[in-house]
Amino acid sequence: MPVVTQSEGMSRRELLSRSGVVATAVATVPLIGADALAEEAPGEVGVRMTVNGTVTPLTVDPRETLLDVLRERLRLTGTKKGCDRGQCGACTVHVDGERVVSCLTLVATLGGARVTTIEGLADGDRLHPLQQAFIDHDGFQCGFCTPGQIMSAAAVIEDGRARTDDQIREQMSGNICRCSAYPGIVAAVQQARKEMR
Amino acid sequence: MREFQFARPGSVAEAVREADPGTAFLAGGTTLVDLMKLEVMTPGRVLDINRLPLRAIEATGEGLEIGSLVRMRDVATHTLVRRDYPVVAQALEASASGQLRTMASIGGNLLQRTRCGYFRDVSVPCNKRRPGSGCPAVGGENRMHAVLGTSDSCVATHPSDLAVALVALDATVRLRSRTGERTISLRDLYLLPGDTPHREHDLQPGELITAVVLPRLPWASHSIYVKVRDRQSYEFALASAAVAVRRERDTIVEARVAVGGMGTRPWRLAAVEAALAGRPATEASYEAASARALDGVRPLRHNAFKPELMRRTLVRALLELERTR
Ligand SMILES: Cc1cc2nc3c(=O)[nH]c(=O)nc-3n(C[C@H](O)[C@H](O)[C@H](O)COP(=O)(O)OP(=O)(O)OC[C@H]3O[C@@H](n4cnc5c(N)ncnc54)[C@H](O)[C@@H]3O)c2cc1C
Ligand code: SF4
Ligand code: FES
Ligand code: FES
Repeated sequence: MPVVTQSEGMSRRELLSRSGVVATAVATVPLIGADALAEEAPGEVGVRMTVNGTVTPLTVDPRETLLDVLRERLRLTGTKKGCDRGQCGACTVHVDGERVVSCLTLVATLGGARVTTIEGLADGDRLHPLQQAFIDHDGFQCGFCTPGQIMSAAAVIEDGRARTDDQIREQMSGNICRCSAYPGIVAAVQQARKEMR
Repeated sequence: MREFQFARPGSVAEAVREADPGTAFLAGGTTLVDLMKLEVMTPGRVLDINRLPLRAIEATGEGLEIGSLVRMRDVATHTLVRRDYPVVAQALEASASGQLRTMASIGGNLLQRTRCGYFRDVSVPCNKRRPGSGCPAVGGENRMHAVLGTSDSCVATHPSDLAVALVALDATVRLRSRTGERTISLRDLYLLPGDTPHREHDLQPGELITAVVLPRLPWASHSIYVKVRDRQSYEFALASAAVAVRRERDTIVEARVAVGGMGTRPWRLAAVEAALAGRPATEASYEAASARALDGVRPLRHNAFKPELMRRTLVRALLELERTR
């Protein structure tokens, strides 16, 4: 089975790292697939993604998540890290127009992808209708969950299926707000939904 | 996260050729990346399978064949799934969140790992994670754990909602490995924990799920998924029921019944199905048949409420299904 249990996986890797052969092992096993990755350093992966309209070539460790790369390497700190486990939605961004949690997305998988973050939503100094609606309806208190809420809401509106307050609540349930600004969030999504049609 | 080698195979043949026992396939990553961060899963090699051509939904003579990389959201919104197998669409819509349903594949969904908190915490023992180390859940925090199919070695619940609906429908999975192709029933894919809870599936090392087949079953259009949880959305099941009923006038001819949140694997309830067949479609019949769900349950310290919750969830599913006629 493709699943590596702790016992098998750990003992093998512990053995390797204790004897110091991890790097050698990684370097000598040929990489497969059409992306010839031979130019990267051992174990690294070259990725070309478009972030908020800008072509962004990167060389990453395959363990790097989109969330960490956005925040730490591209300095796009609008996207927030809440749980880092796919449970809170604070890190929601769009990949190829679909909403995803960036904390569970490996950048190594994003060759050719189009990423949009909260920084890419406004049109210059003109706020996106959702950003304005969150202000109009007090859709936040501390604001930590807000970038994720807005990116998630943009996808929900684009999808077009959620119309009633209940449907919006259900579609937005992957975005937790510890300040419990939910009534304002639903009102903001309703306002923006009408404006964005 | 431990180091791993990464590659993106371009074909199914390449993927299964490259896979060895230390390899994990990466689909949506919503289980795998989470568990790699926790170091619960430590594959030496990760194969990103998203470039494989396993994204079609096709009606065949056998039924509906769904590629393993089709996303949960795209199965849930598919016209034929909604019309012919509403139980599947409903189970998916009640799963996880909008973001996760956009990311996660149905192949990965079926192989997601238990949410048992001890399994997810490498600082404590767990027979599933480290065979022979013990099971802290048996005497510890076990409110979310299973009451059916448990053993002294492991009482972890299988978390997938989709799998419950698919087991009710007798779905099959198509598998591909270095040695060839095979098709097995989804029910046989899942193993009971017994003394070897670390062995969860009947899959060979490096075997790939290529598709899920929903068999032709005209009366599955009359089916429903009911999920009871601690909050209304974005939560795993305390109890769930997948039910399909074939009626002739006021008599139940046949039924399919499976439950989630209860078993160490998605749990089909043949005794309830038998007790429904030939009975009038009334609340009294539903109550009587659902009582058979309690056969063989083994409640734990914190989940003694589960058997009765399962029984009531079944009755509610049967009543709600009647209302959709
Ligand atoms: C916060 C949260 C809440 C959730 N709530 C629910 C819920 O309510 N109900 C529910 O059912 N699920 C729930 N889930 C689980 C979620 O549905 C699964 O994580 C998801 O379906 C896994 O699919 P994936 O494509 O992301 O799999 P991955 O993470 O990519 O893979 C999962 C496993 O399957 C293997 N694998 C993947 N594809 C294949 C294949 N084709 N062949 C062989 N092996 C393969 C991988 O190697 C890995 O071991 C939740 C998850 C999170 C994080
Ligand atoms: S119930 Fe199973 S998964 Fe949970 S601690 Fe026990 S052995 Fe591990
Ligand atoms: S930080 Fe990604 S979901 Fe919480
Ligand atoms: S505004 Fe504070 S968490 Fe949502």
